Amino acid sequence: MGWIKDMVNPKLRKWEEFYRNRWQYDNMVRSTHGVNCTGGCSWMVFVKDGIVTWEMQATDYPQLEPNLPPYEPRGCQRGISTSWYIYSPLRVKYPYVRGALLDFWRQAKASQPDPMQAWASIVEDETKRTRFQQARGKGGFRRASWDDVMEIIAAACLYTAKKWGPDRVFGFSPIPAMSFFSYAAGSRFLQLFGGVNMSFYDLYADLPNAFPEVWGDQTDVCESADWYNAKYIVSMGANLNMTRTPDVHFIAEARYEGAKFVVIAPDFSQVSKYADWWIPVKAGKDTALWMAVNHVILKEFYADRQVPYFVNYLKKYTDSPFLVEMVKDKEGYKAGQFLRANRVARYKDVENGDWKLLVYDGQPRMPKGTIGYRWGKDSGKWNIKMEDGLDNSPIEPVLTFFGAEDEIAQVACHEFVSGQTAYRGVPIKYIEADGQRVPVATVFDLMLAHFGVGRGLPGSYPQSYDDTQAYTPAWQEAHTGIGRDTVIRLAREFASTAEKTEGRSMVIVGAGANHWYNNNLIYRGPITALILCGCCGRNGGGLNHYVGQEKLAPQAPWRTIAFALDWLKPPRLQQSPIWHYANSDQWRYEGAFSDYASLPPETRWAKGHCIDLVAKAVRMGWMPYFPQFDNNPLEMVRQAEAEGARTREEVSRWLIGQLKSGQRHFAVNDPDSPENWPRVWFIWRANAIMSSAKGHEYFLRHYLGTHTNTISQDAAAQSVKTVTFREPAPRGKMDLVVDINFRMDTSALYSDIVLPTASWYEKNDLNSTDLHSYIHNLGQAVPPVWEAKTDWEIFKSLAQKVSEIAPHVFPAPVRDLVTVPLMHDTPDELAQTQVCDWAIGECEPVPGKTMPHIHVVERDYVNLYKRFIAFGPQARQDGLSANGVHIPIQNFYDDLLQNSPSATPDPWHGRCVSWDGQKYPSLEDVLDAANVLLYLSPETNGEVAYTAFKSEEKRTGVPLADIAENTRGVRMTFGDLTRQPKRLLTSPCWSGMMNDGRAYSAWCMNVERLVPWRTLSGRQHLYLDHPYYLDFGEHFVTYKPKLDPQKLGENLYSPQDSQSVILNYLTPHGKWHIHTTFMDNDRMLKLSRGIEPCWLSESDAERIGVKDNDWVELYNDNGVVVTRAAVSARVQPGTCMIYHATERTISNPKAPARGGRRGGAHNSLTRLRINPVTMAGGYAQFTYGFNYWGPTGMNRDTYVRVRKLSKLSW
Amino acid sequence: MDIRAQVSMVFHLDKCVGCHTCSVACKNIWTDRRGTEHMWWNNVETKPGTGFPTLWEDQEKYKGGWVKKGKKLTLRLQGRVRTLTNIFHNPNLPTVDEYFEPWTYRYDDLFNSPEGHDQPTARPVSQVTNRPVDIVSGPNWDDDLGGSAIYARNDPNLKSLTDEERAQLRKLERIAFFYVPRICNHCLNPACVAACPAGVAQPGAIYKRGEDGIVLINPEKCRGWRMCVSACPYKKSYYNWATGKSEKCILCYPRLESGHAPACFHVCVGRIRYLGILLYDASRIKETASVDDAELVEAHRAIIQDPNDPEVIKAAKANGVSDNMISTAQRSPIYKFVKEWRLALPLTPQFRTLPMLFYVPPLLPVLAAVKDGHYDIAGVADEELRPLLGSLDKLRVPLRYMASLFAAGNVGIVEQVYRKLIAVRIFMRAQRVKDMPDAEMQQILAQANTTPEEVRAIHHLTAKPTFEQRFVIPPLNREMAVEATVDPYQHAHEAGFSFRKVIKRR
Repeated sequence: MGWIKDMVNPKLRKWEEFYRNRWQYDNMVRSTHGVNCTGGCSWMVFVKDGIVTWEMQATDYPQLEPNLPPYEPRGCQRGISTSWYIYSPLRVKYPYVRGALLDFWRQAKASQPDPMQAWASIVEDETKRTRFQQARGKGGFRRASWDDVMEIIAAACLYTAKKWGPDRVFGFSPIPAMSFFSYAAGSRFLQLFGGVNMSFYDLYADLPNAFPEVWGDQTDVCESADWYNAKYIVSMGANLNMTRTPDVHFIAEARYEGAKFVVIAPDFSQVSKYADWWIPVKAGKDTALWMAVNHVILKEFYADRQVPYFVNYLKKYTDSPFLVEMVKDKEGYKAGQFLRANRVARYKDVENGDWKLLVYDGQPRMPKGTIGYRWGKDSGKWNIKMEDGLDNSPIEPVLTFFGAEDEIAQVACHEFVSGQTAYRGVPIKYIEADGQRVPVATVFDLMLAHFGVGRGLPGSYPQSYDDTQAYTPAWQEAHTGIGRDTVIRLAREFASTAEKTEGRSMVIVGAGANHWYNNNLIYRGPITALILCGCCGRNGGGLNHYVGQEKLAPQAPWRTIAFALDWLKPPRLQQSPIWHYANSDQWRYEGAFSDYASLPPETRWAKGHCIDLVAKAVRMGWMPYFPQFDNNPLEMVRQAEAEGARTREEVSRWLIGQLKSGQRHFAVNDPDSPENWPRVWFIWRANAIMSSAKGHEYFLRHYLGTHTNTISQDAAAQSVKTVTFREPAPRGKMDLVVDINFRMDTSALYSDIVLPTASWYEKNDLNSTDLHSYIHNLGQAVPPVWEAKTDWEIFKSLAQKVSEIAPHVFPAPVRDLVTVPLMHDTPDELAQTQVCDWAIGECEPVPGKTMPHIHVVERDYVNLYKRFIAFGPQARQDGLSANGVHIPIQNFYDDLLQNSPSATPDPWHGRCVSWDGQKYPSLEDVLDAANVLLYLSPETNGEVAYTAFKSEEKRTGVPLADIAENTRGVRMTFGDLTRQPKRLLTSPCWSGMMNDGRAYSAWCMNVERLVPWRTLSGRQHLYLDHPYYLDFGEHFVTYKPKLDPQKLGENLYSPQDSQSVILNYLTPHGKWHIHTTFMDNDRMLKLSRGIEPCWLSESDAERIGVKDNDWVELYNDNGVVVTRAAVSARVQPGTCMIYHATERTISNPKAPARGGRRGGAHNSLTRLRINPVTMAGGYAQFTYGFNYWGPTGMNRDTYVRVRKLSKLSW
Repeated sequence: MDIRAQVSMVFHLDKCVGCHTCSVACKNIWTDRRGTEHMWWNNVETKPGTGFPTLWEDQEKYKGGWVKKGKKLTLRLQGRVRTLTNIFHNPNLPTVDEYFEPWTYRYDDLFNSPEGHDQPTARPVSQVTNRPVDIVSGPNWDDDLGGSAIYARNDPNLKSLTDEERAQLRKLERIAFFYVPRICNHCLNPACVAACPAGVAQPGAIYKRGEDGIVLINPEKCRGWRMCVSACPYKKSYYNWATGKSEKCILCYPRLESGHAPACFHVCVGRIRYLGILLYDASRIKETASVDDAELVEAHRAIIQDPNDPEVIKAAKANGVSDNMISTAQRSPIYKFVKEWRLALPLTPQFRTLPMLFYVPPLLPVLAAVKDGHYDIAGVADEELRPLLGSLDKLRVPLRYMASLFAAGNVGIVEQVYRKLIAVRIFMRAQRVKDMPDAEMQQILAQANTTPEEVRAIHHLTAKPTFEQRFVIPPLNREMAVEATVDPYQHAHEAGFSFRKVIKRR
């Protein structure tokens, strides 16, 4: 007899059909979310009655090695909330135009049917232009037809090209990896047009500058399954639960596999719950802790005792044994540049001798693999075998001269907190170079001195760990708040685990660390520890940065399609941080950067106003800048030709003459002059005006010309020397802002035209990520809803419209002058050993050497559409390239031409198109494009991989093709990917070895196959000898304190009363959204607090009388935010957090601090600061690459005032 | 013996991400209708915290669960006999404040606002009144210690600690939190079933399914008295204000019946969830629910029977439990976690409903000490380098708090769990890194009362389980259920041919 009776009676249970009916569905389609989150999760979307009802994760990832946990399921609370958007009241269903603009357009068209003239009549009328600009963001949208909006946009583009130049048309779309072709749609259009794509990875401050500095690579990290191979994991500035939600199980699981997990984070962040140790370092001061960790590792694992694994690793894979020239300074020596091979008699005449370096094994020796070998004719020696490049003889380099030195030199070691320079003894040798005795030291010996590890050498060395000289465990206590014992033990555990496991210690790092002004140094701290412990290039080891989804795995064919390299080269690709700094006029609101940055006592270049250094970097060819010149580039070629120039060289000469004589100027020299303004701006897959708008309020003022809440005032007039400071600053530079979106976000709200795009469940596309090694698809579960179209279709129809109007504007092809900076992974890496500025007479202007390259490109506007839909012949001729690897594709291209031309999509989507008697692989449908890509990529076609490895063997002289031998038969089509995610193939474009289910880990190919890193020495760099780095004092990793809010000038004009508290404003990635996506989603808002609150510590909240859920105002001179407070003991006093990122569109009351205007959102409080050292160029790994190198849009150093909001008003 | 099969669950809290993907999966499929806005059949709570609905564990307030009065076991709400006489007066329901007033936003204003002097914004409005609303609570309001001074401080489980210990929990040296996802526990002794007055004679509107023990509310019989809402000590029965009927987690039986894990299990990206069959002795429910607090967990374990025991198998078969069901029970990951390894514990067993969802309690970071303004991990200065992974006495785990949550106050039971979890980690590290002498390892295993074989098994199911190993779905042989009313041959061709039925308000 039971206590509670069970029910079996079927009649009484007939009602159970009720819930069964709900579970029924009609279709299940694989897709994913094209949002910038690195998740790359495969989902199944459920359709019932033709309506998307819900989604659940796919769980069919192919298994990796059996000793690894499976990947399934992947997908988080945000991804699963997507279905809410599809039919929500936030959904953009139709094209919209701002009423004020639409009225002008209709009036103009009524009297003037020609669209070009209609557009001119509006934008050339200052009253009309101001009228619709001031209406931006203030409501008043009207529905319009696709035909009408396309005509307006095409007219605006062509008008701009004709009047100002095509390099005044810009497009911003981030992170192509999340939906390859949605990005490529817009970029392909822009590049065929002559417009400009703007970078994103650097603007987001997601680009870790330390990667190019140390490894010559944008970013390369392990997939998350490899975390499981680690035995010691430190997480720093990363909140894995929040941002790596589908991956964090590998951490939980690695712990049961015996890994220790240490979290370094100022607050008790979500991931801290997994930690064995939580180390609450003071915000932004992580480098100090790592300086001391490195001090301990160097002392205990190198000086007191030698670990063979570590020593061999340093000799083989790092610049540690390389010779650095010592330079006399006032009181002793300072470290200079690497000694170049051609200064020594034996190597005097070697090719590229300025770019080959020396080690010492009883005499100076010149090993292979340095960058001079990369671009020499003497091929087959660009590998990191320790062999003499002259005669292939083996080299046994010494790491240290200690005990065999000619002399102990006193070397300057500068410490930036105290501003003190200590002189420390370093063993040096004298070498015969240029007929003189040149003092040299190894990088290793200099590093020990830098970190204060004395080995009994004379000089100002700390005596023990308790000595507070740099960089001991006792020294760091004052900065980090962490006790010395913890740091000592952390170092010992980290290094001893690596010793016992040969490198299975790992650091996972993220935006919390990378968004500071000195982010490159913050990263080099743990990188140094990892390299010292032999952890890079090992499964379960290395520095793993997961911020910004940069890894579009089939990079080579993708960039060819995306940037239209199959038709025209070079593309116009802009470094966004410097561009926004200049164009949104944020440079005007600060003085010299030396006012706030930590710099050595005497500097040559590190001084003055940052905008001047930007202009210098542009004219020296270090950084790109569009518009290029204060003149239409189409017009410039026309004029040059009119004056007799025929060839590219003659046009170059003409241009240099114009620049030298002062008739033409770089546009960057005068960003506020109307002919240098950006004019048309496309925003798609982006929230360019809000979540990506570092200095959002300045965007509103200077780009849009509408209301703004900044109260900053001009501060640059006194310190700017070369760039023109105009008064007053212009407002409203943009003629037209077009937003392509599926939700009404802040950027849409502030744009002139909003176009409805297909959401991720309404289109076909491809997706990859660095967190796993699969490729899978976005799939169309339902057709684009209401009047939405896919991005591919939108830009295709715009291309069609442009080609339709073009015969009246550009009836014949026109020639366009295109400038390109000195580029990474090209011979430009050997351009400049020194910093020479032609504009001040330090050298001659030589395109591609001391200034940008100058190209002439033919634009065919009439055939723009036809080119858009055809994979052009230039790709067949030039082959493909990615990350410096070249892949010939003639055979593969010809295979594609075997496909038949067809007017309707066939089931295989591998078609050809033909026009003007020529046949091309088709890109007409996005599925055609996807199949072209999959067929040409070494990651998805085994034969292409084999071909690419063969080509790399020639360059490197080491065997590689065997890696691809077993998978030569692998092919993938889009159809295959809809059925199951596929694992990518090992490819020379990447550095991981992933055969037979092995987890991807960066640099394994370098370590195991001796392929060089793409750096000066070909090895990992602990020492950076670019003259800028020496000048800025960043040749070794060092601790530079975070920026002093007193010196930043962001709190000069805001009220400073006792009701407010000033706090460091942190914007870590959030739990309830991916940037601003999902921030406005009903699901996520309900599960949080209906708003993104400001997190305050209990003590700070008490100081200003704020209780949990009270309304607060945050403000500084940049702007104001009104939100609610979340008061919590887990927040570190002195800081506040608003999780990145918020929208102005949701629950946003008015702000008394700015006269009752509606408050802004998170980026209202930020402002761009450019760290000039990261503009260094023309030199080995310090050469430009799009999203690869350059300053980042960091914003962690911001301070705000917080006060209770007295009266709420809507 | 009265052996029955029960679908049971384990949530491994040490792996929980706190992401709420589970909650959204459930919401999308089941409770996104009018009248269900406040329902979260699956929710995730931050602990310490007050949960959802707020302070649900406080039975002084809500009168949920059972109480032991001498040898008698009665509903705290009221004696079973009194239920019918008292149906019109039930003061122990959570109010809208204790759930939250559901809201949305005036998204339309972003599209439709006429041009004005300032930017339009989407204001929050009540989903009940459609008027502007001030949002003051929600289903996950104290997430990640938000409002810690108000909410975390009032967690009923903190009563087991001293004032000083409570204050310490908010300091850097000790602060910690963890997540507890909650669904219906599909209890063996469900208070909701007992409290339902809908049938004048038993059974009421709420029942436990014979084949799998899933607890369901029949909306055709439910008359909206809401006694289940009060009686459920976990507050997992909700009243639908639009239909006037109560609803609750159905463990996705339509999915289980077709071989899928419940939605919240399938989507669990922390891979913390396990599902399988347990065999239990139904004749001992009342006696098990009636033992003293300190013995509740042991008694609960004891009622679960060994699926490989011939006697148990025989008794199960006698009750009509199929061979396939028994072999499923033999592969059950739940049996391992709960019974064999003794790692998974019931939530607040003191409410005596015998919940069939079990939790592996979470490990937390090592304590620290702050001296002269410097923060040092506890013991770093004086300990040798081994073991790296800390010991129980140094973890930020307030044992009495955990015991209140998972063992009705029995600290010893929780301690045993932690010792074993730590031993697994240390053993596996020693295997991989080889940084511990064997003798020391043996000692740690002995203290944790485990063996290398058991540790390896725990490691596998914790770290590397596949989808199929986590979810061992019972064969529900639907054709046999269907057969009772219609020939399955006929059903195969007719199923779904009907007009969809909406449950109407009475």
